[in-house]
Parts: sequence; C-alpha cells; structure tokens
Amino acid sequence: MKARVHVMLKTGVLDPQGEAVRHALGTLGFDGVNGVRQGKVIELDLADGTSEATIGEMCEKLLANTVIESYRVEVL
Amino acid sequence: MRAAVIVFPGSNCDRDMAVALKAAGADVSMVWHKDASLPDNVDLVAVPGGFSFGDYLRCGAIAAQSPICKAVVTHAARGGYVLGVCNGFQVLTETGLLPGALMRNANLKFICKTVELKVETSASAYTEGYNAGDTVGYPVAHHDGNYTVDDATLATLKGDDRIAFTYTDNPNGSVADIAGVLSENRRVLGMMPHPERAVDAGHGGTDGQALFRGLIAQFASA
Repeated sequence: MKARVHVMLKTGVLDPQGEAVRHALGTLGFDGVNGVRQGKVIELDLADGTSEATIGEMCEKLLANTVIESYRVEVL
Repeated sequence: MRAAVIVFPGSNCDRDMAVALKAAGADVSMVWHKDASLPDNVDLVAVPGGFSFGDYLRCGAIAAQSPICKAVVTHAARGGYVLGVCNGFQVLTETGLLPGALMRNANLKFICKTVELKVETSASAYTEGYNAGDTVGYPVAHHDGNYTVDDATLATLKGDDRIAFTYTDNPNGSVADIAGVLSENRRVLGMMPHPERAVDAGHGGTDGQALFRGLIAQFASA
C-alpha cells in the first residue's frame, strides 16, 4: 500500500519561501496571486495493512514538526 | 567539569566546540551519534553546529531521532546541562528539550557574519559571566535561524526570564529578536550564534570566552 503525507506550515506561521514565490509570480506578470504557501509531499511505500494510526504516529514523531507544521494523510 | 560533544554526520563545529571547552578547562570527550549512552558522569553535553544528516527533511529532525539524542534527553531530564549551538539548537527544538522551531531566514539568505547580541539575563550558568544588558559579538552562520514560537509560549519565555540572548539588529526574522533560549530549569541553552567561534583573538573576537568560563566556574564551585 502507499500513502501520501502532505505537510504544510500552519495557518498564521509566516512562510518566507511561499512569499518569495508569490513575489516571483508577480514579477512574471501573473496578476491576482494573493498568496502562496509552500509545503512538502512525502510518499510512503508501506507494508499492506499499515494502519492510519501508525502513519499518524510517523507524522507526529518525524515527518512533521507539529510546532509549526500541520499534516494530512492520504492513503492511496 | 566533564563535557561531551556530540558528533553527527555533517557536524562541522564539533571540534571548535571541543577546543573552546578545553580552553576553558573542561575535560572533553567526543561522542558519536550511534552511541546509545553518554560517558559516565558527564556534566555538560554540547550539541554542535553543522548540517547534521544534510538537513534532510528539516534541520535537526533526523539527528533528533538518533540513539545518542535519547541519552541527551535523559541527561537533561535528570538535571544535566545541555548547550546546543546553531544546528545543535535546531536539534534541541526537534527533541522537544526547548520550545519553538527554527524556520528559513525571513530574507531567505544564508547569513554568515558577526552579529551583536544583547545578554538578556545573567541568571544562568551560561550567562552569569556577563551582566544583563551587555552587548557581545558572536558569529552567525545559518540559513534556518528564524526562531518562531506561539504567543503563549513566548509570553512564558519572557515572564520566566528564559530569553538568554537577543539580536540588536535582527538578521533572520526571529520572533522578539530571540537568538537564544533557556529551558525551564535554565540548564539547557539553545542559540543560533556561535560562542565557540568567539574564543580566540586570532579569529576576530573573544566575547564567547565568558560563556565557557562562567559555565565551567559553576562546576568548579559546586
């Protein structure tokens, strides 16, 4: 089985990289980009039957820093 | 005083840290990240700067899961001293020994220069060699030194006098200009600037000496 973990900075945490990307899009002439948030996508190739709870534990312990990041698990 | 300097793959300030500690009178041993325990009777663990595990995933995240870090957390839990500098600070936040997190610098640039810091408190073994309000020059060299912490924790840090150092001219966007913070028991210090790079006049300054001397004096008098 495979799972995809999306890690994003929490709402309210300033994202300097997303801000730089937003600025660059404006420079390229794309108007109306009101905000950009940049995150990570982590794909896990897992033994069949791995529970969502276990994947959640992986996120809590390592994949996301829950001080500043939130995560979402998508089982594929 | 017995000190241990942790070495991860990618550490690059480990030997500077050992030199600074030895110069101040400590008995120093180097400890590899795969070791599961610290040498006996270690008083201080220093987690040095560098780019442990290539900064993969997040700065300090992989190092924080290494076997030695479990021993460091245990050492801190029983009242041991821990000093984390630069990448070491990032590792300490990832282990949960210190609150907050270090994000990409606000201007997105790697910053490598000597910065001026204000000593915010002299009430710790690390800063008792200074007076609160003193300004010192320490080098910084980091890409991810933008300290962030939620408002409630920031209020606690301020209220409990746990902000050890602030930048007088914030280079990286850190909240409240924070350059270094102390744990609740004031025995764990994490900071982005490098005191160990400011102990030799030949390297541009000696403002860091008082940190190491003060720390070691603490043990001499104990």
